[in-house]
Amino acid sequence: MGSRGATIAGYVLGFALLFLIWHLAALFVVRSVLFPSPIPVFERALVLIEDGLLQEAVFASMRRILQGFLLGSAIGIPAGLAIGSFRPVRLLLEPWTEFFRFIPAVAMITVAVIWFGIGEESKIFLIAYTTVFVVIIATAAGVGAVGKDKIRAAQCLGASRLQIFALVALPATVPYILTGMRLAMANAFVTIVAAELVASNDGLGKMLWDARLFMQVEDIFVALISLGLLGFATDRVFRLGIRAFAGRFNPTM
Amino acid sequence: MAFVALDGVGKTFRGRTGAWEAVRDFSLELAEGEFFCLLGTSGCGKTTVLNMLAGFEAPTAGRILLDGRPVRGPGADRGVVFQGHDSLYDWLTARDNIAFGLRLRGEGRAARRATADRFLQMVGLTGQGSKHPSELSGGMKQRIQIARALANDPRILLMDEPFGALDAMTRAVLQGELSSIWTKAGKTVLFITHDIEEAVALGTRVGVMKRGPGGTLKAVVPVDLPFPRDRTSDAFMATFRQVHALIHAEIHPHG
Repeated sequence: MGSRGATIAGYVLGFALLFLIWHLAALFVVRSVLFPSPIPVFERALVLIEDGLLQEAVFASMRRILQGFLLGSAIGIPAGLAIGSFRPVRLLLEPWTEFFRFIPAVAMITVAVIWFGIGEESKIFLIAYTTVFVVIIATAAGVGAVGKDKIRAAQCLGASRLQIFALVALPATVPYILTGMRLAMANAFVTIVAAELVASNDGLGKMLWDARLFMQVEDIFVALISLGLLGFATDRVFRLGIRAFAGRFNPTM
Repeated sequence: MAFVALDGVGKTFRGRTGAWEAVRDFSLELAEGEFFCLLGTSGCGKTTVLNMLAGFEAPTAGRILLDGRPVRGPGADRGVVFQGHDSLYDWLTARDNIAFGLRLRGEGRAARRATADRFLQMVGLTGQGSKHPSELSGGMKQRIQIARALANDPRILLMDEPFGALDAMTRAVLQGELSSIWTKAGKTVLFITHDIEEAVALGTRVGVMKRGPGGTLKAVVPVDLPFPRDRTSDAFMATFRQVHALIHAEIHPHG
């Protein structure tokens, strides 16, 4: 497991270097209360953790992300499979995906709040919205990319159309679906902050917004670092999951 | 009545850039149990002939009969071994790839495993059944393809330059093994190749195609030599020279 050790060492060193540069910049380049060094930020983070406020915010944001992400994927995967498999469905639904993917979730915050209020529903709607089109496009592309010979081989082994879909097209598309979900997860992190900035009672976005109001610069940095670390960790977990459960589907992933 | 009959078969592809006649007036009859090698330069339409017999493409002229019945679309009676190994299922083990046809017919686990292991042994891959295609070499993947097609027990095996992407050593080994498998299994084989030596080493007959576009059958040379074939024998050399002369005229039509 030498390569895994090297990977972890690289991560640790990389983050250490980032914080060192930040520290030096705060000390010598931008000497301002508006740009704190990492040390007071970490101190503040410890206080927020002791008070349970940081965990609360992280939990609120992550719960919304996961709920919206799962809902969006649950709609996006079958829709993408249908678009990729059936030409009439593609012709009918492609304008939808090509239309809606240019209306960013951030722009949908206003209608989400009007429709669903500032509670959980509007956040979950927005995350699901930002997830669904990425997953649809990746899934449909995956179905279209199934090798012609894979389908022909099944045909001349006697496969029916349904068998070709379930036993060839679907498993061959799994890597594309997972890649789409990974991209969607990154989008979800962007969207949740925007949604919570505008209308929310808790979460990391709300924490950012309150800290700005009260000029708590350290709190802003704690929220920013939390977002970065959460996104990083989630993506790693996703990648590990892909390797563990689906690595055999595509050895290059 | 011939086992397989291609009668005046033609194929013209129509696209935005115009029409392309790949095959013109191609007629051939195959007897049950023979190993027919279809030899031609690249672009002569030999793969199109195979694709039409497999049912992947419909002829635009003439007709194709199997046991007197016209071919309409692909079916389990015609097994295909593809040139590349992209046709294997990456997410299945070698054993599950070989037993894929049996799974489609709803055969039980035990029967699938027994059949897969029998054909793994036939292609010399005993003990490799649990590996995925990504863990196998190019030659092993082609063996899996051959085993998968044979395990489905087709009436005829269609092979589209199956060893074209392999190195010379592996190719020679697989040619020898295919020959002995064919001797044992007794399947009818249509084997597409552009390699003269391969065609003469494997075939009971070698069909030489005119160059494309509008490729058609130019001549059929019977290869009446015993298996396993001695490639250094005078009789082999004589047949090789005969086929070579036919192909040479297609490569250098004015030379």
